[in-house]
Amino acid sequence: MSAAADLRALRNAACIVGVDESDEIGNLPHKSQLTLHLEAVANAVRDAGLRISDVDGIFTAGQHSPALLGEALGITPRYVDGTSVGGCSFIIEVGHAVAALHHGLCDVAVVSHGESGRSGVGVSPRRDTSLTGQYEAPFGFGGAPTFFGMLTTRHMHVYGTTLEQWAQVAVSTRRWAMLNPKALRREPLTVADVLASRPVVYPFNVLNICLVTDAGGAVVLTRADRARDCAKPPVYVRGVGEGTEHVMVTQMRDLTFSEATRLAGGKAFRMAGVGPHDFDHVMLYDAFTSGPPLMLEALGLAGRGEGVHCFAEGRSTPGGSLPINTNGGGLSYTHSGMYGIFPIIEATRQLRGECGARQVPGVRLSLVNGMGGMLSAAGTLVLSNEVGS
Amino acid sequence: MELDRPLPNPITPEARPFWDGLREHRLMLPRCGACGHVFFYPRVLCPRCHARDVGWIQASGRGTLHAFEIGYQAFNRAWKVTPPWVLAMVELAEGPRLLSNLVNVEPDPKAIRCDMPVRVVFHRLTDEITLPLFEPAP
Repeated sequence: MSAAADLRALRNAACIVGVDESDEIGNLPHKSQLTLHLEAVANAVRDAGLRISDVDGIFTAGQHSPALLGEALGITPRYVDGTSVGGCSFIIEVGHAVAALHHGLCDVAVVSHGESGRSGVGVSPRRDTSLTGQYEAPFGFGGAPTFFGMLTTRHMHVYGTTLEQWAQVAVSTRRWAMLNPKALRREPLTVADVLASRPVVYPFNVLNICLVTDAGGAVVLTRADRARDCAKPPVYVRGVGEGTEHVMVTQMRDLTFSEATRLAGGKAFRMAGVGPHDFDHVMLYDAFTSGPPLMLEALGLAGRGEGVHCFAEGRSTPGGSLPINTNGGGLSYTHSGMYGIFPIIEATRQLRGECGARQVPGVRLSLVNGMGGMLSAAGTLVLSNEVGS
Repeated sequence: MELDRPLPNPITPEARPFWDGLREHRLMLPRCGACGHVFFYPRVLCPRCHARDVGWIQASGRGTLHAFEIGYQAFNRAWKVTPPWVLAMVELAEGPRLLSNLVNVEPDPKAIRCDMPVRVVFHRLTDEITLPLFEPAP
């Protein structure tokens, strides 16, 4: 049997049946990181109409191991996964959960994120890795913007992409945030505002960079046969894919094209039996305004150098032909550090029709794509409220 | 004199020839004895052919500015260089890329362009540590 045939056997094998954030998200100095996890799990399990005692598979990334989550929740899981390749780990873990559920390794899987990214409550001190400490820190590199900016200036050089075009990504995303009561930043935003905001590291001003917040989020999955008995309509996981290319930004083969994203998207699309232009809703990990355009290019939704055009008024914006980042994104809704759980939550809510003022009418097929590091790793999901053909 | 930037830490054993070379103003790069691939960062096997026959060559010190940024605030606690400064990704003539700083240039995006030629300058920090920085090359 070919690997492709194996993947197709997993199509629609499992469903997302529960999603939610922690009780609150934003600036939460009164809540520990572990509390954000536990609130998110409790809320997502309740959303599914299940109990915490039903959970027997725990998937998480970040500082807390799945073993600690099991202990804190008071359960002894049959299956754990702590894959940690950056902020997209939760997207990748949905794929792992589908496989584990399909093979009976667990029956109810929870993918959980909790991060006190802004307040640092109950957080271990960050440790430098030897490679960064040896080869990057001595030149002033440190935060993610100092690495992602390299991809961005190279893209500008190769394709002529402009600061105004990157800024439009923030503007489009804010338009959606203005419709989301949970979004942190909801005031109107213009390209001129982005260009006039505080410079952090060229080519990024502060409004080109995601928020820094405290937040938790969780996703509950079960096999499709059991999903029909849960509280909400099931969201089918039609396709999953993952890829990793590099960690150090110098090792990325082509700074303007994410091989990890191409790999992840290609696998997910083949498993789902869809093409890059079949989606009517798209969620992309937006730590920086240049991230989503580069993802669209690597996924094949846009030609090389043309990803920014998707963010024009009337395309990605409310009422547009291809809505992107309808929760307001990491740029305007929330970004606790490892953002990847939140696009899954939003895609599920859109597919259920729960999104109120920001609901995209008639959504049937949603694309979720996230990155780890500097497009170093990637996870892609194809989600639908229909089984499809 | 107080250092204005963090020292490389930790220096790993497989990278010792790189740091030893810099002290003597030589930019040393690992080269695979089996396939000839020159790579960076140092490691004990070739990332192209996976042979475990890694030697060292002295690089020309010339290359191009593959990508760059201009820092307007410190991104790590030990960074004391007054902003703005230029963060650089250099593609060496021998092939590999490394992160560094572009110096002896106006820290202004209008004065800097990707693919401009650059050459190494050796920046002594301590008796032990010299960093490879780069400047525009004629």
